[in-house]
Amino acid sequence: MKKIALALTLAFGATAASAADYIIDTKGAHASINFKVQHLGYSWLTGRFNEFEGEFSYDEDKPKVSKVNVTIQTDSIDSNHAERDKHLRSDDFLNVEKFPEAKFVSTTVTEDSDGTMTIIGDLTLHGVTKSVSIDAHKVGEGKDPWGGYRAGFAGTTKIALKDFDIDYDLGPASTEVELMLHVEGVKQ
Amino acid sequence: MVDLNYYSDWYKTAPHWHKSVGLLLAGLTLFRFVWRMVSPRPKRLGGDLERVAASIAHLSIYLMLFSLFISGYLISTADNRAIDVFNWFTVPSLGELFDDQEDIAGSIHFYLAWALIIFIGVHVLAALKHHFFDKDATLKRMLGLQ
Repeated sequence: MKKIALALTLAFGATAASAADYIIDTKGAHASINFKVQHLGYSWLTGRFNEFEGEFSYDEDKPKVSKVNVTIQTDSIDSNHAERDKHLRSDDFLNVEKFPEAKFVSTTVTEDSDGTMTIIGDLTLHGVTKSVSIDAHKVGEGKDPWGGYRAGFAGTTKIALKDFDIDYDLGPASTEVELMLHVEGVKQ
Repeated sequence: MVDLNYYSDWYKTAPHWHKSVGLLLAGLTLFRFVWRMVSPRPKRLGGDLERVAASIAHLSIYLMLFSLFISGYLISTADNRAIDVFNWFTVPSLGELFDDQEDIAGSIHFYLAWALIIFIGVHVLAALKHHFFDKDATLKRMLGLQ
């Protein structure tokens, strides 16, 4: 009896504390982590991380209490070229054997009246943790056709490779990487 | 191959030649192996132990060579890309045959290459030993002088 009471308290306690917890829909692949970096200064090279998971809390009326954290499997990098991906996984770049995960944990979230959000958080990549700021906005939220409730966001940020101790020389035009993030969460 | 700077003149050329030479050597080695199977082999020299050791060493080197060729091929073809041999002809990809193909094949290729280099060193030393210490015809036969 005591156990059931405890379980109920935990369950209700959890729902009461954060009204809207979402799990990022990586199962259905309605989320993607993409990057682009200049090639020689002449074009953009794009790629993505195929494996990650995360969750966020969001309430339209209380954007300040929003939270997001995402864990990325660095060896899932995919730039549509096996030889390049192998190189990107090596210790010239991500060193995925030593640093198999990258992580983003938000610290503060603000939302302007026009819906522009700024998500500041700690990004851990290549063993280095640095604060990054993501410009984001909500794309939409509402009921899905299968009885669930979803909310989706898009965001971009830019990181300097050397900030994360990745110092392979790709040339002066290619020192920064832009991240394009698309997430859809399913409300729990 | 793994230390080339992105702005090196060799960044594209060296891997291209590396793959081209590798695939041509794969063909040659296959031809050599078939030839060995169908033609009479010279009488082996040395004592029982030496002959058995030599046979094991030779078969090991063939096995390592073919594993090296295959693993190299599997790195570059893991994403369905074909390999151009000196812009002469193209060897098509068999597709991705297993997960993490380029990484697994890459590790095998790397360690096997070093192992082979060491084995070849031993092979050379063995031939020199036959020539200078046993004073038999092994090295001369290898060089086609006898």
